[in-house]
Amino acid sequence: MRETVNKQETLWLLAFSPAIWAIHFLLSYATASVWCAKISGRDNPIDGALLAILVYTVLALAGIFVVGWLGYRRHRIGNGNLPHDDDTPEDRTRFLGFATLLLSGLSAVATTFSAFVLFFFRRC
Amino acid sequence: MRGCVALFTLTILSGCTGVQSALDPAGREAGTIARLFWWMTIGSMIVWLGVIVLLIYSVRTRAESFTRRKARIMIVGGGVVVPVVVLTVLLLYGLAPIPAMLAPAPPGSLKIAVSGEQWWWRVHYLPPGQAPIPSANEIRLPVGEPVEFHLESPDVIHSFWIPPLGGKMDMIPGRKTRLVLTPSRTGVFRGACAEYCGASHALMAFSVVVQQREEFAAWLSHQSQPAESPQELLAIQGAHLFLANGCSACHTIRGTAAAGVVGPDLTHVGSRLSLAAGILPNDPNAFERWIGQTHDLKPEVLMPAFHMLPPEDTRALAAYLEGLK
Ligand code: HEC
Ligand SMILES: [Cu+2]
Repeated sequence: MRETVNKQETLWLLAFSPAIWAIHFLLSYATASVWCAKISGRDNPIDGALLAILVYTVLALAGIFVVGWLGYRRHRIGNGNLPHDDDTPEDRTRFLGFATLLLSGLSAVATTFSAFVLFFFRRC
Repeated sequence: MRGCVALFTLTILSGCTGVQSALDPAGREAGTIARLFWWMTIGSMIVWLGVIVLLIYSVRTRAESFTRRKARIMIVGGGVVVPVVVLTVLLLYGLAPIPAMLAPAPPGSLKIAVSGEQWWWRVHYLPPGQAPIPSANEIRLPVGEPVEFHLESPDVIHSFWIPPLGGKMDMIPGRKTRLVLTPSRTGVFRGACAEYCGASHALMAFSVVVQQREEFAAWLSHQSQPAESPQELLAIQGAHLFLANGCSACHTIRGTAAAGVVGPDLTHVGSRLSLAAGILPNDPNAFERWIGQTHDLKPEVLMPAFHMLPPEDTRALAAYLEGLK
């Protein structure tokens, strides 16, 4: 299937990757706090919560990858070259697609950074 | 102008050493933090310099001299790869020391419970296998040993900070927080409350004395003893006045009838380095001022001022308290 230009251009896709990043952060934070406060106690290993965060991270990165891929396809519609700054629906779509791709890259790095904590904190 | 610059430099530099400087570490944890601080500072300086050099370069070269390929390398390399690599390295470097600093002290270590209260510090030494030893407004530690602080607060949030020994830790009502410090050299330092806690927040400090193990043990065993009875006439009079004026409703002096727990334990108050949470020297004159002008010295303090006492009584009280070594 080839991506086609939609006259009803929407900004939603652009917001997806940062939203996934934010949700990943919130969920990880909440899981770790609830785990430490209610389940494991403060001096015990945090392994269960770490496993959950690992799963969140894989899912989040997969989601961001999909969004980035969709963005990339819009960016590649037709043979438009950068910068996408023509006053046409096609270039608007390409521009939004490219911005989506870049934001996805940023979100992927940020999500990975949040997950780095995994490697360091072995207890609550 | 020159004077201004000199004064400014002096002010800045005087922050780098001294009893309350995080940049002049005297403990393992503070050493880690100071190293982190310097590397982060150097790291950001390098980034800053790099950006400035690139800026100058980009203004001075002509765009036409760039091939498409070269431009792309600049943008992707300088805009994406380098920042990600540099930030990753700094982040990992910053995260790495945290777990060791948060770990509890090894079993058998000295524990000290400290409660931050408006606007003073309630201290209990908890040596393994012994009854808790109460004190206040001063912390003494044996050099080279990890000590675990158990921190709490009955009123508002305070923060316990001894900059030359380590990071700070909040004291939160209804919770127990923990901090481990390992002093690496002997000396006298200063700690302070690092979280705004009301009118006299800035007047809530304490002295910290790091000693050799034997000196510390002797000091601690003395602190665990009840107060010695006063010998001088004036001080004996002071001891009576202490009970007669109701000071004992709020203060404990072990070995006497005074057993109040609202304010600091005064059993060995005369042996402390400072008075009233680090704001006065420990001498008879300071005791007199504290008793008579409490609220001028510490606004909104929870101890009533006893300015109605005749000066002889205040002097007697001061002599008694100063004698409680
Ligand atoms: C209502 C309770 C109360 C009464 C009564 C009271 N105090 Fe206090 N006192 C306190 C509190 C609270 C503090 C801590 C104040 C601060 O530093 O914020 C304090 C601090 C002190 C300190 C400083 C202790 C230190 O560790 O440096 C001295 C000395 C002292 N009181 C002496 C007296 C004397 C003498 C009397 C009687 C004339 C008296 N107090 C009566 C509550 C009381
Ligand atoms: Cu405070």
